[in-house]
Amino acid sequence: MFKILNIFNLLFLVSFAQAQVTKGSLLIKNGTILTVTKGNMENADLLVENGKITKMGKGLVAPAGTQTIDATGKFIMPGIIDAHSHIGIDVVNEASRPSTADVWVGDALDPLDLSVYRALAGGVTASHAMHGSANAVGGECETIKHRYGTLNPEEMRMEGAPRTIKFALGENPMRVHGEGNRIVPATRMGVEQVFRKGFEDAKAYLAAWDLYEKEKVKNPAALKPFYNKRHETMAEILKGNIIIHCHSYRSDEILMLLNVCKDYQIKRLVFQHTNEGFKVAPELAAYGAMASVFADWWAYKFEVYYSTAYNAAILTKNGVVTSINSDSEEYIRHLYHEAAKTQRYGSLSDEEALALITINPAKQLGIDQRVGSLEVGKDADIAIFDGHPLSIYAVPQFTIVDGVVRFNRSKDAADQRLQASATRAETGFFLHKEQHNHDRCLEGAFENTATFFGLERE
Amino acid sequence: MKINVVFTLVFTLALTHSFGQVKKSTKGTFALTNATIETVTKGTVSGTLIISEGKITALGSNVTIPSGANVIDCKGMFIYPGMIDGGTQLGIVEVSSISLTDDSDELGELTPHMEAITAFNTSATAVSVTRVDGITTTLVVPQGGLFPGTASLVNLVGYTPDQIYAGFKGVVLNFPGAGRRGFWDRRTDEELKKEEEKALKQLNDVWTEALYYVQVTDAAAKDPSIKVASNPEMARIAEVIRGKMTLLIETNKSSDIEAAIKWAQDKKVAKVVLTGVAEGWRVADKIAKSGFPVITGPIIALPTRESDNYDKAYANPGIMSKAGVKVAIRTNDQENVRNLPFHAGFAAAYGMSKEDALKSVTIVPAEIFGVADKLGSLEVGKLASIMVTTGDPLEPKTQIKYLFIDGWIVPLDSRHIQLYEEFLNRSPGLKK
Repeated sequence: MFKILNIFNLLFLVSFAQAQVTKGSLLIKNGTILTVTKGNMENADLLVENGKITKMGKGLVAPAGTQTIDATGKFIMPGIIDAHSHIGIDVVNEASRPSTADVWVGDALDPLDLSVYRALAGGVTASHAMHGSANAVGGECETIKHRYGTLNPEEMRMEGAPRTIKFALGENPMRVHGEGNRIVPATRMGVEQVFRKGFEDAKAYLAAWDLYEKEKVKNPAALKPFYNKRHETMAEILKGNIIIHCHSYRSDEILMLLNVCKDYQIKRLVFQHTNEGFKVAPELAAYGAMASVFADWWAYKFEVYYSTAYNAAILTKNGVVTSINSDSEEYIRHLYHEAAKTQRYGSLSDEEALALITINPAKQLGIDQRVGSLEVGKDADIAIFDGHPLSIYAVPQFTIVDGVVRFNRSKDAADQRLQASATRAETGFFLHKEQHNHDRCLEGAFENTATFFGLERE
Repeated sequence: MKINVVFTLVFTLALTHSFGQVKKSTKGTFALTNATIETVTKGTVSGTLIISEGKITALGSNVTIPSGANVIDCKGMFIYPGMIDGGTQLGIVEVSSISLTDDSDELGELTPHMEAITAFNTSATAVSVTRVDGITTTLVVPQGGLFPGTASLVNLVGYTPDQIYAGFKGVVLNFPGAGRRGFWDRRTDEELKKEEEKALKQLNDVWTEALYYVQVTDAAAKDPSIKVASNPEMARIAEVIRGKMTLLIETNKSSDIEAAIKWAQDKKVAKVVLTGVAEGWRVADKIAKSGFPVITGPIIALPTRESDNYDKAYANPGIMSKAGVKVAIRTNDQENVRNLPFHAGFAAAYGMSKEDALKSVTIVPAEIFGVADKLGSLEVGKLASIMVTTGDPLEPKTQIKYLFIDGWIVPLDSRHIQLYEEFLNRSPGLKK
């Protein structure tokens, strides 16, 4: 009896450390499959077994009892991936210092965030829950899968996804620390030196530990260097174990970080927002740096005034791996439409436009072996639309994560809150007005958020 | 015919981008031939559309091309009326985070005489960025306070207020309401209720004062011995009371919408338009019964409550329209008014008919603004505010090939396009 209890305890501990991911099996029949990487298949079936795509083709048969979705007349595409969002977490900024490489968004996952369900309703199956842009070096981020319904934060993590960290350039870090607190950086010159100092410190830290390891062999009483999580994280970037995702707008600052990364031989680099990426597309392409952009946001602050909605098209045609992101719990719901705008602004092909929200963001997050296209062996993260997803009239019908249907339009009940009850009353009436005089990236960076968000102006 | 060919050539050259040449809007006689003409009000017609003296002078399959006309072959293309955005801050806000470039919001609660058109920067970068996507006319709406000012309808071509004015002005009333403005708005329910009551009392006090003003000025008109001091605030509201000006009532929460309807009926306001109306779907029948038209938007938006279906903002125009409400769509945006057709498209995807969605950004706003004799559809005698497209203007993939606003052919040029041309193949490239 004691033994059994112990086994149960052990099982409990294991499941606590790594959450059991719910996986499903299903057969999707007779739709147009947009694989994104390997062309389209008409009137085709797609078989999912235990969370993975196992077969694609005509006339597939599933074991008896397998859930079947009739996709006649519908379009089946890879689940959409948002390389920049702040949903599924309950805090965005640790804004207290110009570098907070020691914090991690993964400590603040919120499975109750309704935005995750609403993102599913827009066909989005995974997103990059990012730290904010209040500081030049922000915290580490978390790649999450939209397993809405789980109450376990651990189950939200995309198991095995590479580590990523948020960096930020330009107005936000300048405003928060320079303007707000009179500490460097107040300029784009200062921002550069935050990174250089951070990497120099990390190198010195690594050297100190190396020295200690050598000393220890000769002298068991050798003094250990102080553990420093901030330096540890920066050192992992130098070792290539963490992908930098850097909030950026102007071309000069983009080139600045490229040069910093060149000097420290850092290859894994993705620029976020990148509004002026189009101006330095050849440099980005040559370095292999990637870009995640808005479809058409501009002019809401000065550093985005000289933008163009043709940004994604210029980057794509210059060979930069480009994605379109939301940075918004509203925009994440229609990334398929945001991608379609690149057909108006730059005439991208259907495949190029769809890649911006599927395989390209997957590459930027280092998860393209698992998701981002419909291929046998990949995770069954799938969105099904009633029309071509780049058409304005297309409506997502089913969104599937690991073979589990997480959104079904025909079964969408009004209240999808996981903890709605008599005791958790209506949260109130919020008028949504999409005025981008701020980034969601700056949420929580100011104590008096009411003033910051312009409440006093209304 | 030979003359036509020559003219076409000259015209084409004039539109072609060449070094150091500034592209300008021009006026003339145009024949748009071989087109599919989507009139919006009178069905689809194949053939030619003639523009002369700034107006549509003929359209159909059996049209004589005037001698000297610039002929534009629109084979495979479609002609639509230019789109009208029923509510924006385009031209009065340049960079929203920089307060000195924001002219939308004057100080004070009672500023109905503030004229949006006065602060409209006709050369704002966003103006050309907007119109190249086929939005030819916008309502420019001042913000903030109880009576923030007077909105103006403008055509997006021209350099002076007279040149851009499109024939409608309306006084804006932000109807007192109890909505929180976002997750950061931490006011308690009680505080909100108090503020609402205070604002409603303020509104009724203003209205009473304006009624006195009307009586006094009426009397003064008959009796020169009565002197009335200048009172521009009351003078503007008096125009609403006298039925000369429309009252644009901004209201969004369902209970506020009902209260606003009742208030406007009690006060017997002659010309009322409800704007915003985010929760119109909850009280669609009551709005329909009031007969007040609605300008709603943004459509691509979150629901107003966490407990609502995710798609309620998308579905709102369709639900109201089906209940019998006259619905126009607005973006309520500044720099991205160009997304107007996509807001209409989302309305269509989520329940509004495609036909009504197109009307909600063309003929319906024209009717609401009383300018349907000039704008909103392709009919003989109307102003030539026209876009020539490769397809359905609500589809992102569609390209706009020619653009006429108020009779002027406008170059398809904007800073966004210029940057595309400069940077698609940058020179110098990687190596200098």
